[in-house]
Amino acid sequence: MTEKAESSGYKGEVLNALRKAGCEVGDIIRVTAGGKSYEGILIPRSESGDTAHIVVKLKSGYNIGIRIKPDVKIERIGKGAKPMFASPLLPEQKPELPKAIILSTGGTIASRVDYRSGAVRSALSASDLYGVVPELADVARVETEIVFSLYSENLTQQHWSQLAQKVAEHIAQGADGVIIAHGTDTMAYTAAALSFALQNLPVPVILVGAQRSSDRPSSDAATNLIAAVQAATKAPFAEVAIAMHETVSDTSIAITRGTKVRKCHTSRRDTFKPVNATPLARVNNGEVIMLTDEYQKRDATKKLILKPDFSEAVALVKFYPGLDPAVIDWHVEKGCKGILLEGTGLGHVSKYCFDAIRNAVNRGVVVALASQCIWGRVNMNVYDTGRDLLNLGVIPLDDMFPETALVKLMWVLGQTSDAAEAKKLLKINIAGEFSPRTMLDKFGVEGEEADGN
Amino acid sequence: MAIDYAKIGLKVGLEIHQQLNTQAKLFCSCPPALFKEEPEITFLRRLRPTQSELGQVDPAAFFEFQKGVRILYEANRATSCLVEMDEEPPHPLNMEAVEVVLTAALMMNMQPIDEVHVMRKTVIDGSNTTGFQRTCIIASDGWIKVGEKTIPMQAASLEEDAARKTGEEDGGKTIRYRIDRLGIPLIEVATAPVIYSPAEAQEVALAIGRILRDTGKVMRGLGTIRQDLNVSIPNGALMEIKGVQELELIAKVVEYEVQRQLGLLQVKEELNNRGVKAEDLRQEFVDVSAVFQRTKCKVIRKALDKGQMVLAVRLPKFGGVLKRELMPGFRVGTELSDRARFWGRVGGIFHTDEMPNYGITAEEVEALRKAVGAGVDDAVVFVADTAENVHDALKAVVERAQEAIAGVPAETRTAKEDGTTRYMRPRPGAARMYPETDIPPVLLTAELVEKIRASLPEPAEKKVARLMKEYSLNEKLAKQVVDSGYATLLETIVKASSVSATTVAAFLTETLKALKRDGVQIENVADEQVLEIFRAVGAGELAKEAVADVFAWLSKHEGKSLNDAVESLGLRPLSKKELEVIVDRVVAENKRSIEGLGNKAFGLLMGAVMKEVRGKADPDLVARLLKQRLR
Repeated sequence: MTEKAESSGYKGEVLNALRKAGCEVGDIIRVTAGGKSYEGILIPRSESGDTAHIVVKLKSGYNIGIRIKPDVKIERIGKGAKPMFASPLLPEQKPELPKAIILSTGGTIASRVDYRSGAVRSALSASDLYGVVPELADVARVETEIVFSLYSENLTQQHWSQLAQKVAEHIAQGADGVIIAHGTDTMAYTAAALSFALQNLPVPVILVGAQRSSDRPSSDAATNLIAAVQAATKAPFAEVAIAMHETVSDTSIAITRGTKVRKCHTSRRDTFKPVNATPLARVNNGEVIMLTDEYQKRDATKKLILKPDFSEAVALVKFYPGLDPAVIDWHVEKGCKGILLEGTGLGHVSKYCFDAIRNAVNRGVVVALASQCIWGRVNMNVYDTGRDLLNLGVIPLDDMFPETALVKLMWVLGQTSDAAEAKKLLKINIAGEFSPRTMLDKFGVEGEEADGN
Repeated sequence: MAIDYAKIGLKVGLEIHQQLNTQAKLFCSCPPALFKEEPEITFLRRLRPTQSELGQVDPAAFFEFQKGVRILYEANRATSCLVEMDEEPPHPLNMEAVEVVLTAALMMNMQPIDEVHVMRKTVIDGSNTTGFQRTCIIASDGWIKVGEKTIPMQAASLEEDAARKTGEEDGGKTIRYRIDRLGIPLIEVATAPVIYSPAEAQEVALAIGRILRDTGKVMRGLGTIRQDLNVSIPNGALMEIKGVQELELIAKVVEYEVQRQLGLLQVKEELNNRGVKAEDLRQEFVDVSAVFQRTKCKVIRKALDKGQMVLAVRLPKFGGVLKRELMPGFRVGTELSDRARFWGRVGGIFHTDEMPNYGITAEEVEALRKAVGAGVDDAVVFVADTAENVHDALKAVVERAQEAIAGVPAETRTAKEDGTTRYMRPRPGAARMYPETDIPPVLLTAELVEKIRASLPEPAEKKVARLMKEYSLNEKLAKQVVDSGYATLLETIVKASSVSATTVAAFLTETLKALKRDGVQIENVADEQVLEIFRAVGAGELAKEAVADVFAWLSKHEGKSLNDAVESLGLRPLSKKELEVIVDRVVAENKRSIEGLGNKAFGLLMGAVMKEVRGKADPDLVARLLKQRLR
């Protein structure tokens, strides 16, 4: 058994038995146990699987797990073939079409299945992408670049900085729009980060992902991706936004401002909802329809201002009944420069936390507050507790929801280490993160119509 | 003429699917139930063929995708959650369903799999919101005895049922599916292809069906069981026939399929004799709309009025071949027509073998032949629809005609209610299966297997013997009850009512069979209702002569109760007093005619009274009252 096979999930006794029989993953093998024998291809074992079974793909295509006991006989009866992914021919690039850059941060916006082994391979080269989503060839000249290969929960402030720089490079080279393929879990954080880091954008920067993995026929990846490329290359706005399903139907893709969008459902396609906002635009049948006229205009002559620095010394403290204020002290001890309090209701944190907050402010920590209600605006003048917090020096962040507020605090403290300066910057509307009016928009996912017809 | 199936080398394999009557669906906690009302929820999707090695994409599916086919799903809250909508990952495999399949598998002497892996089988016609059907093998390699013969059983699998198609719109561009059925657990049992005659196929299916029913956990009724057949003859092709719903139809479907293949082989010979080559059939289509400018043919008239066109193709030396019958009401022309319907989304085709007809005149046929340059030996096929559809349709027609020269094309066909089959789609390529990574593998532990083995349902022979002994049924009736799958119901009824086992058994076998023959939808009446009927009989609230009528009424009035039936049929039993009045009246009316008849008078009067009160009074009571009067 070679190194490669060892990395395929088999361990201990089973690995020894396979090694003794000279079997590698992909080989055709025969396993005989108790007078019954199974023939098929040896399949890699999931890392989380137990160490007592081997997985064989039968001729019928079914996988089964066979328990390997001392009396089980394993024979290798044929050599395995490597998974084959024939790359389709690159379609003709249409020179009249705009140029789109697709940056990949990981995950699989487009992937292909090897039915023989069950392996899923990401399709990330331009040619692979065209193979999986041939419609792209009619929308734009697509170039691709892999920036990271990470699950989105592994991205940090440093990755946001690198990504912002990468986008700036491509825009400098004349891209008509930038698309970033991103895992959905932290996509809204990255969108907010890029919104602050990329100012005065000449062209749109659209983040896109999928709630159903792209190896399945019902995946939302292709529909979202096509809409993202259409928005990036055709839309009249030049902002950072997220393109994802607007409903559970495949008919309409919402384009929502990067500072005003949040993942609100663990699994639905329409998980991204605008918070205290409406979508910027909607892509329907290839048409980009603007839903507001309050947006930064696309203008190729605009000069991008890149501010890619984020502080790592920022913490989020969610208030809950019984929160131990020592958590706040701990962050201060650890050298934290900014704390975002996720308060209740209109913006409250219990009195028993006041000493800790006062101490933090006195030590130069920027303490700001957003509401865990997510929807709505904080107003800390209504109740005593709010007024007390204001007096302690806590900065209310109006209608910013906690995740965007947190990212903004990280960005602000990446720009300045002066607390007073930082507090001023926090309150300035940089990328549409504040809206002066709170409108009667739908909030949450509840009550949404399921269909988008 | 009887066909000697052994001589022609017929081979049939069976795949039996039956829904399981579990508490919940296979991958979520929704009830396994359907709904009839208007949907509360609808949503639109497109399914995109996932790319693998080129050519592995199902050509039919890819074709549909390219045409922009959309699927409109219908759902309601009672029967579906986000899992069926493909808006939430599947929950772990339903272990109740696993146990039912294991039970059936052990009864078929199969070996359980050590560790079950759920797979995704790609299906992108819209019948699965995910674009694949989840399926797993639970056990394999067993056998059952059918008569003297041992039938090897390949495997028992557990899979999710698909959504059901409820319609099509925009000329086939939007397909409607209802997702209530999606996720209902299905057991699939497959035999090896070792069945050599139509009658045997039916017998084996019956035997498997009986075992499945013995688990006590399968659904009954139309649509809950589906038989797929793999039928092949030498020189013909392996045909996959889907969805035979009635057991009684299996033999007929196999017979017709053999006839069809033999017929196609003769057509091949005939075409070869005529010297036609595949390359003679060209995709050269002629716009013949002008020929039909003044046509009386309604279909063509309607198409032309809508601005559509008539397109024609010449099939050289096919004259007379298209009208050749392959199955009842099914000709070679139907083969072409089915392909045109599928690939071209047209209603059907016209061809010169059936002309003049449908309002098309001999003159028009002549002009048509001239327009495409057809000679007397040639056939011409023509279609009226949109430009896109007629091109696709004729392309499919030419391809099918080319296949006729080579013999029998391998296809997936669907069974109709009359036993004939129609083209469904091309045979899928290699099984397109890959692992369902959202569901962890399930261990079938030795403890689980032993627990199930220890409580397997009673085998059929033992059950027959026991029914004879415990319920004093004769052997024939006991066997019939066991075959019918109603043995458990029989026992329940007999235990819960005082009605004799023979009466109940006769109803569950002969009466139900007769009702079914008369077109009564017997599956519409739930077992609980049957139990209720016999309880009423036992309690003297319903005459046993009325059972069949009540049953038939209930089958036509779903959701209604036994009381409703009794009320509506006027079957409320007569009280003893009411009966006495009738008996007295009848005796009085017949006073003259019975005088001097002595004992014979009883028979005559009994007949007269029963004529009035049948179904509303117990004949024994009538007899008793009469005898009192005559004494």
